[in-house]
Amino acid sequence: MRNRLRSRLPSRDAVALTLLLALAIALPWLAEAAGNPAGIALATRIAIYALAASALNLALGQGGMVSFGHAAFFGLGGYAVGILYAHWSWQEPLLGILPGTVSLPLTLLAAVGLGGLAAAAIGALSLRTSGVQFIMITLAFAQMLFFLFVSLKAYGGDDGLSVRRQGEFPGLSLRDPAQLYWLCLGLLVGWLALLRRVTRSRFGQVLAGARQNERRLRALGLTPYPYKLAGFILSGMGTALAGALMVNQARFVSPDMLHWTKSGELMIMVILGGVGTLLGPVFGAAALVGLESILSAWTENWQIILGPILLLVVLFGRGGLMALLRRVLPA
Amino acid sequence: MTPLLTLDDLRKSFGGLRATDGLSLTVLPGELHALIGPNGAGKTTAIGQITGEIAPDSGRILFEGRDITRTPAARRVRLGLSRSFQIVQLLDAATAEDNVALAVQARQGHSFRFWADATRDESLRHPARLLLVEAGLPPARWDLPVADLSAGERKQIELAVALAAQPRLLVLDEPMAGLGPSESRAMTETLQRLKGQVAILLVEHDMEAVFALADRISVLVYGRCIATGTAAEIRANPEVRAAYLSEEDAV
Amino acid sequence: MGLLLEQLLNGLQLGVMLFLLAAGLTLVFGIMGVINLAHGSLYMVGAFASAWVATKTGSALAALAAGLAAAALTGMAVELLVLRRLYARDHLDQVLATFGLILFFNQGMVLLFGRQPLFVEIPAALRGAVELAPGLPYPAYRLAIIAVGLLVAAGLYLLIQRTRTGMLVRAGATHREMVRALGVDIRLLYTLVFGLGALLAGLAGLMAGPIFSVQVGMGEQILIMTFVVVVIGGIGSVRGALAGAVLVGLVDTLLRAYLPAALRGVMQGPDADALAAGLASMGVYLLMAVVLLLRPRGLFPAHA
Repeated sequence: MRNRLRSRLPSRDAVALTLLLALAIALPWLAEAAGNPAGIALATRIAIYALAASALNLALGQGGMVSFGHAAFFGLGGYAVGILYAHWSWQEPLLGILPGTVSLPLTLLAAVGLGGLAAAAIGALSLRTSGVQFIMITLAFAQMLFFLFVSLKAYGGDDGLSVRRQGEFPGLSLRDPAQLYWLCLGLLVGWLALLRRVTRSRFGQVLAGARQNERRLRALGLTPYPYKLAGFILSGMGTALAGALMVNQARFVSPDMLHWTKSGELMIMVILGGVGTLLGPVFGAAALVGLESILSAWTENWQIILGPILLLVVLFGRGGLMALLRRVLPA
Repeated sequence: MTPLLTLDDLRKSFGGLRATDGLSLTVLPGELHALIGPNGAGKTTAIGQITGEIAPDSGRILFEGRDITRTPAARRVRLGLSRSFQIVQLLDAATAEDNVALAVQARQGHSFRFWADATRDESLRHPARLLLVEAGLPPARWDLPVADLSAGERKQIELAVALAAQPRLLVLDEPMAGLGPSESRAMTETLQRLKGQVAILLVEHDMEAVFALADRISVLVYGRCIATGTAAEIRANPEVRAAYLSEEDAV
Repeated sequence: MGLLLEQLLNGLQLGVMLFLLAAGLTLVFGIMGVINLAHGSLYMVGAFASAWVATKTGSALAALAAGLAAAALTGMAVELLVLRRLYARDHLDQVLATFGLILFFNQGMVLLFGRQPLFVEIPAALRGAVELAPGLPYPAYRLAIIAVGLLVAAGLYLLIQRTRTGMLVRAGATHREMVRALGVDIRLLYTLVFGLGALLAGLAGLMAGPIFSVQVGMGEQILIMTFVVVVIGGIGSVRGALAGAVLVGLVDTLLRAYLPAALRGVMQGPDADALAAGLASMGVYLLMAVVLLLRPRGLFPAHA
């Protein structure tokens, strides 16, 4: 439906992608060799945000659902990890029945499940509106969750929760930053492969149709609502997975993850990279996280530079980095 | 013969304006039934109610004997009542073939299939191409985004998309509007070919096309049907001449 | 009884502050179709300018003038330089560009005034309390805010209903294309409407100074509440903004006042207070969600 996603990858793109992936895999060794091991943590953050941004892009770019509340799913994913850890360390089951855990496969699964449930509830209600009302109602739900976690003193309230025990994954030692990075990279690549399939599937075609013209869909005999809801749920699940990984990396979760500015940041990554493209959000995440890290090393007031950069991108850089890339490297 | 579509005393007001005022009408299986009337006669509102975008205040709509007055628009399409829009409604970023393929997909049942690649699914692509041939769009245009195509070509795709639903009744809302003379002629020929294969309710301002194509014609004035008959009967009907043709001539 | 009246007045006071912000936001949205996240920044600019002049000169009038002028001029500059280019864009671009403006303004204020909150004194004439009823004093300054807010509401009503500019504004909100087609200098109208919205935001900001502290980030806290107001009231409707603002002000204030006591009946003190604070903060968002689900276009939809 969308040419950029649809057209069969030409060989030059395939070569470029393979090189990019090889570079991404080799990054920890390159960072060590360059004497900059902190670069691994930065790359991990980029991979995690890339996952969150491309999950948001499924709702925003593919389905045309401008959600201003995706921080809710990011934060819920994070809190799933934090809360399960807390109950594990207190040796006290959650709600008296659910034992805590630090097993990464279990906590990730819990995060994805929680994200999906929350997205189902929020989406089912929010998708009854559209346009600005949709933007604002998703924001409202995220704000509700933000204030809920601020008020939950049991889980640290405003101050958040420290996760003092690294998640355990069979065969990996996640204390090693490089192994954590590879895990995040692997999940990102897997997620992108899944997205690519989903956008080209029958479901993906309907979702893209809903973005472009809902009236047309109804005249085809299709009701947009259930398809948009399914897309929104899938998007929430991916964002929650990213949130869970973020807490594993930062070893800390706080209501900041649910703050509305986090929703804004995820949107920025999508737009910066290119709305509705498969790899755009990845580049967008790399650009924003990278820019933040460079600018903040340079000046404490880096946001005064970032703000105008965003403005310029919106005003003059239509299509984001992917469009720029396509001008340099036509398909 | 039992009618395919029956409108029974439909009424719809917008504020003080009675857009549909006791409209009764039948479309028989297989016929090409034209709905004409001067501007403001309520044709668009009537189509809205037939297709389910507008809910009537009172009255009934029967399709194949079944009451569909409150059936949602998307369900009516699945029951076999498909439509085209006067102002083309297509997925502008998608190609002509993509648009029709999605319509074929909609016809095949639910689309909760997340894995298989629909963009290379011959069970969608092949019927889509056949429909584009039937609608008269040259193959060289199939892979272009519809936003880049001409008005006439977009109308052809709109028709192919409506046909993809394999309807038993096709409601065409001004398929000639905005077309040049040669495009109009091509569309008339296409409809001539379709005639007999599927019942068509044709709303159209192009009187030449209407009188050439229609088995029966209904004339709508002030929200009600004042006459139904063959082209010759309608031409001879004094009431129609008074209410409609004279006005049209005067313009 | 006295406590309830006091809380109702507090709610009304928050309501009129929200109205001052919401009126501009809803007009800008209704007429130009722009979501302006940076509206809160104008509130902040007004507050900072006024606070700074107040400490330099000690004159309340100079502070008032400075706050209004700074906000209005900043607003018009933003309209001319940035927003003008966003009218034809989709909401996504607008959200993003104005998010960029927030970052810029916040950091700019940090550079100019530092991160420490500024404290502003209540003007001498408005210090002290007014006895509303025997044994029921209420701060004069808060009463003044309510009065100013209601006066502005009345003034806006007259401006919109009775003047030619107001007629254009109304027409612009409902029949945008028509006004354009009639050859009205829509660009000038846009700049003026935006300037007026900014002026009101600045007024809210400078009045907020003595009540809340003047600090970076103050704009966003109230901005989100303002959006809630605008959406509840119906986008583009000034009447809706007033109704929504008072509703939100009252709900928020009453929840904060009475929820802790209610929860303390069933829970431990500190936990109850924390949870009550959280639930009270959630209240207005819950209100908005309910309103939107029942009336997706708000209480007073402006567009037909």
